[in-house]
Amino acid sequence: MAEAKSGLNITAIRDDFPILKREIHGRPLVYLDNAATSQTPTQVIDVIVDYYSRYNANIHRGVHTLSQEATEAYEGARIKLQEHFNARKPYEIIFTSGTTHSINLVANGFVPFLEQGDELLVSAMEHHSNIVPWQMLCEKTGASLKVIPMNADGELVMETFHSLLNENTKLVFCNHVSNALGTVNPIEEIIHAAHAVGAAVLIDGAQAAPHMVADVQALDVDFYTISGHKVCGPTGIGMLYGKEEWLNKMPPYQGGGEMISEVTFEKTTYAGLPHKFEAGTPNICGGIAFGAAIDYLNGIGFDAIAAYEKELLEYATERLLSIEGLKIYGTSKNKTSVISFNVKGIHPYDIGTLLDKMGVAVRTGHHCAQPIMDFYQIPGTVRASFSFYNSREEVDILVECIQRAVQMLS
Amino acid sequence: MTIQENQAEIVEEFSMFDDWMQRYEYMIELGKSLPLIDEAYKTDDNIIKGCQSKVWVHAELEGDKLVFTADSDAIITKGIIAILIRAFSNQKPQDIIDADTAFIDEIGLKEHLSPTRANGLVSMIKQLKMYAIAYQTQLN
Repeated sequence: MAEAKSGLNITAIRDDFPILKREIHGRPLVYLDNAATSQTPTQVIDVIVDYYSRYNANIHRGVHTLSQEATEAYEGARIKLQEHFNARKPYEIIFTSGTTHSINLVANGFVPFLEQGDELLVSAMEHHSNIVPWQMLCEKTGASLKVIPMNADGELVMETFHSLLNENTKLVFCNHVSNALGTVNPIEEIIHAAHAVGAAVLIDGAQAAPHMVADVQALDVDFYTISGHKVCGPTGIGMLYGKEEWLNKMPPYQGGGEMISEVTFEKTTYAGLPHKFEAGTPNICGGIAFGAAIDYLNGIGFDAIAAYEKELLEYATERLLSIEGLKIYGTSKNKTSVISFNVKGIHPYDIGTLLDKMGVAVRTGHHCAQPIMDFYQIPGTVRASFSFYNSREEVDILVECIQRAVQMLS
Repeated sequence: MTIQENQAEIVEEFSMFDDWMQRYEYMIELGKSLPLIDEAYKTDDNIIKGCQSKVWVHAELEGDKLVFTADSDAIITKGIIAILIRAFSNQKPQDIIDADTAFIDEIGLKEHLSPTRANGLVSMIKQLKMYAIAYQTQLN
């Protein structure tokens, strides 16, 4: 498996991930559920251990050394994210518990700006976390939710998107990459057109961040969200990028310590950005490790990651299609290394269960995107999602194991 | 046969298998022999929540005994529910309520017992027992 065409040394990279040496049911783990959560390299695990071993302390306002070191590391991670996403200011990066929290924060922040007759546009291929908060926002404000449809290849129908936009459109939200299908959406076009009618845009970048770098200034996007655990970082930490003017306008989401400037029983003045949105003691260690994870990925290089994953996607697609009766959902030319599929006459759950017995981890079900499953009129799919640390040999094992499962189930 | 005897018989059958593959192959076989639910009862009300695959279960009192029929769109799930039905069907409601389910562990399906497991074996057992409770109340 040594050297891939893209120049990545996969053997060396795999050595960074201790979990990949595990055996499951007596067989080597083949981890293909990366779209749900990525694995964590030693470089990030070490940062977590180091934090709790050397400088665990509450941040901000502490006069002692540990607190200052922790503050420095935490704020340093914010700057890493700012630089990675090319935000104008570090305080435009808000630490959250993950994408779902980020989206809820914005949905809550928009309550004062919406009224009856306003419209929100959502794409048909969203994760439930990018649907439900907006439905709740509509219930609170009387605004209505419109849907940008998709076609059979799993691509957004852009003509319909343009015709849905009008002066009542206040917010558009869409994922950068679909979690269930891997489709890369034309977000530049979406942002540009939405801005032309005065609507703000939130892009859910959770599935894009492991594969590509978004430049929030070049995109001119209003909000961009990601989760740490999808980019080789820990769970329970994420990011909301928001343009400064929006973050200033939006009311705070939660009240508590950290987010205040002055408190009396008569009135509280809120702290400035980013603290206004970071009430309470944050996930300090998570934030620092999140920064380390971004460093790790940049150390490998996103160009090399993208090139290698493309290679892997093409190889896996070709090998999987050689299985009789196998159908892939999401066949856009522009997609990440995610393959959602079913084998004719077999429930995805049955395949997933047998694959697990053979040491292969995939996801089965509706992938928190039921509208997509309804569109294809299927109960769910099997989803194999590949990362830069997966090898071609693992693709071969996946194919062999599916064949064996199909044999057992037919 | 009592529930305990049914369970002992199932445990004995599964003890003949050396590896997981044979066990699953047998479960798939059992799934194919599941006493199927009448199409009329395949309603949303009869779907067991908490399963990644759809599972419908229907219960009917025949004399003083409760008879279960079921179906699922996934074959392994059908196998699991077939095992449960073999253990619990055609028994008095009170005996179903009182029965324990340790035999699941003994036939190597312990991993399916975790409440977080997507197949919802726990939900299935709960549903069978709920039916038993409902009919027991009726009998009283």
